[in-house]
Amino acid sequence: MELKEKLVSSFLAFENKGNIDLDSTVHAIRLNAIHNFETAGFPTKKDEEWKYTSLNPLLKNDYSLFPNAEKSVGFKNVEAYLINDIESYTLIFVDGVFNSFLSETTHEDCDVCVLSSALARPKYKMVVDNYLNKIANKNNSLAELNTAFVKEGAFINIPKNTIVSKPIQIINFSTGSEKEVLLQPRNLVVVGENSHVQIIERHQNLSKNTTLTNSVTEIFVHKRAIVDYYKIQNDTNESSLIDSTFISQKQQSVATVNTFSFGGKITRNNLEFYHEGENITSNLNGISILNEKQHVDNHTLVDHKSPNCESHELYKGIYADKSVGVFNGKVIVRQAAQKTNAFQQNNSILIDDGATINSKPQLEIFADDVKCSHGCTIGQLDESALFYMQSRGIPVKEAKALLLYAFGNDVVEKIKIPQLKSLISKLIAKKLNVQLGFEL
Amino acid sequence: MGKFTEDDLKKELETKEYEYGFYTDIESDKFPIGLNEDVVIAISKKKNEPAWMTEWRLDAFRIWKEMTEPEWANVRYEKPSFQDISYYSAPIQKPKLNSLDEVDPELLKTFEKLGISIGEQKRLSNVAMDIVIDSVSVATTFKKTLNERGIIFCPISEAIQEHPELVKKYLGSIVPKTDNFYAALNSAVFSDGSFCYIPKGVTCPMELSTYFRINEGGTGQFERTLLIADEGSYVSYLEGCTAPARDENQLHAAVVELIALDDAEIKYSTVQNWFPGDKEGKGGVYNFVTKRGLCEKNAKISWTQVETGSAITWKYPSCILKGDNSVGEFYSIAVTNNFQQADTGTKMIHLGNNTKSTIISKGISAGHSHNSYRGLVQISPRANNARNFSQCDSLLMGDKCGAHTFPYIEVKNKSAQIEHEATTSKIGEDQLFYCNQRGINTEKAIALIVNGFGKEVLNKLPMEFAVEAQKLLEISLEGSVG
Repeated sequence: MELKEKLVSSFLAFENKGNIDLDSTVHAIRLNAIHNFETAGFPTKKDEEWKYTSLNPLLKNDYSLFPNAEKSVGFKNVEAYLINDIESYTLIFVDGVFNSFLSETTHEDCDVCVLSSALARPKYKMVVDNYLNKIANKNNSLAELNTAFVKEGAFINIPKNTIVSKPIQIINFSTGSEKEVLLQPRNLVVVGENSHVQIIERHQNLSKNTTLTNSVTEIFVHKRAIVDYYKIQNDTNESSLIDSTFISQKQQSVATVNTFSFGGKITRNNLEFYHEGENITSNLNGISILNEKQHVDNHTLVDHKSPNCESHELYKGIYADKSVGVFNGKVIVRQAAQKTNAFQQNNSILIDDGATINSKPQLEIFADDVKCSHGCTIGQLDESALFYMQSRGIPVKEAKALLLYAFGNDVVEKIKIPQLKSLISKLIAKKLNVQLGFEL
Repeated sequence: MGKFTEDDLKKELETKEYEYGFYTDIESDKFPIGLNEDVVIAISKKKNEPAWMTEWRLDAFRIWKEMTEPEWANVRYEKPSFQDISYYSAPIQKPKLNSLDEVDPELLKTFEKLGISIGEQKRLSNVAMDIVIDSVSVATTFKKTLNERGIIFCPISEAIQEHPELVKKYLGSIVPKTDNFYAALNSAVFSDGSFCYIPKGVTCPMELSTYFRINEGGTGQFERTLLIADEGSYVSYLEGCTAPARDENQLHAAVVELIALDDAEIKYSTVQNWFPGDKEGKGGVYNFVTKRGLCEKNAKISWTQVETGSAITWKYPSCILKGDNSVGEFYSIAVTNNFQQADTGTKMIHLGNNTKSTIISKGISAGHSHNSYRGLVQISPRANNARNFSQCDSLLMGDKCGAHTFPYIEVKNKSAQIEHEATTSKIGEDQLFYCNQRGINTEKAIALIVNGFGKEVLNKLPMEFAVEAQKLLEISLEGSVG
């Protein structure tokens, strides 16, 4: 049976089986979403937005949609994937099910808990009604698919004037309890006025079995709030990730999303920013370092609707072996959005001949008093710099790695959590397969 | 000092009618509307074409029937009904013309209005012109001079008769019948166009030029241009257009094929000023053009275009850089005003080693218009040391227009070096203020600034066109600032 049919036909079973309350709003949202998905189906390469990424290799698998009871996972198994040397709230999901033993949640100053309980509790009905599925792109059939099966994920609700003392880690593990598994986590983040939160998200496969994750995150950033969001994508070559993140910003807010893609078979990041007020700043940073047959597609959209806003976009890529990198950055400046500053940059280096980069930096501008630019370069390491380093006794391999490391450093420098910065540096060094010879 | 305010300027520009909008009363030999195999055969017969050509057209027609109109371009318009168009219209012709005196005086007047009197052109600018009015060439000049060097420059209908071996070999080799909807349509019904062959090692002594015009209301014009530069030759080709004001939309689907063999160089310049529609966006020409060139070893193709006209423009002059060390260049200024929509750009396909390409695109949008740059730079896995530089700048005038960029960059070779940059801005108030303060009125100041903005492209135009192009920019601009 085709995956699409399988998903559609299992929808009823999913709704009936649901041990969560069939809240009428959520039910209506799901029903509508499954209809949309059924009409649209999976995107194909004929779809302009999917021109460079084919989902076909992923769709032929016979995924288990509702993995059976969680395989026991101890702290030992997952320790390596957590940032342990800092205090943090952690939300750990194993095969799509919340693991309370490994997690650390809170309801004290703010709510850091799971979506299923928020859906079930009347206390949060207002929040759910106001925010759930409000900004997820209805034309994105994969996001609709996720919405149809919305059930579990992180629920982060920060009230006004709260600075969350610790970063929040959201980690989705898959244990390979089934041969092929499809996970659909759904995160909802609401950040109140003047509040500040840092979130780290990671998806990790603990086995050699196939995993496809179709994740959707909605983030609402209220007036003057600050959100820093980090995505670490360093999964196994059997794992694929389709991540859709939708961010709605109110006036004077600052939202930053940093994406670090070092692994996974096919990774697709849909990142969409919608501006709903003046003086908003949006930052999008990304670094992709790929080898073997890895494929990463960064698809971004910044929709400037109001005046005096800014967006800064910086994506760097290093592609080796037969890897494929895709960058599609779209900036829309609507007629009302005068005095917009929108900058977009995409720099890539191809290391091997089999590697491919497809870059499409796109501007759509309807306002005249704006400063918008995009730049895109594809090139190699500077020969003379390489020669200079060799003349100073640095072996060519290290010299190359140093230069590549420096190339990506712009993005690494933007990380505001020191422990995370050092983790990313280590991941980069590992990925470049070199001892940099200095402590990162 | 004259009180010429922005509002005055806006008013003046809005009321400014299309200068070249007139209609020449020439008796036309016109086909009934509609398109089917019989019409295709009839066109072919009309031109006394050999059987292989008729077959070629029919083949294209059959392919076209299976195709659907492309919708990916960033333009919105009412699709033309292809059955409501007459596919052939030629001025009733006197037998072969040898001198200008024989040309219909009405026709000569038309040229005069356009400011391109043939006689003057002949004497002053040393330009040989193959003038096309509604699909059929009526006057060809300078043929003799060209003949002496072995250069063939004639209407393509004549080339089919007299040089079938060249036409057979190259026609459709760069833009195949199956290429796209409009190319297929053109292949089936093309009425006329220019054919040019420059022999080995010959540098064409003059700029070759044609003027395409759409004259008869309701007729689409489908020209076909084929230009072959043999090894080591050089040619500079100019193409310029104006069209009379018409209420119904006119369809124009041309195909241009350039072939630059080893060491050859082709410079192809276009000034396009077809009727853009009135200020409500009514009327105007639909311009769906397929232009493509092939570069062999060490060859160079350079496209330069100034696009100010047409209601809808859909045009991507492209270079296939097949040979090693070949060079492709694209310089473009596209101006849209009122309700014009342009989706234009280029494709640079790098196949050979050490190939280089440069793209400079300047878009200026005013009024309610939309101007899109859509370009592809593709480096194939075998193209070592390929180099590309792209720059697309947009200038917005007023807050009702749009400027869009859709660059596609696809690189499959590690030694490639690609740079792409794009900016969007408006005319700076300080720039305007400075000009005003020096006694230059706002209208002139805008023209000055816009000319400066487009300088890099205007510089690439041959002398004869540069002046005309600057004038065109001034005419077609609406300087609603701020």
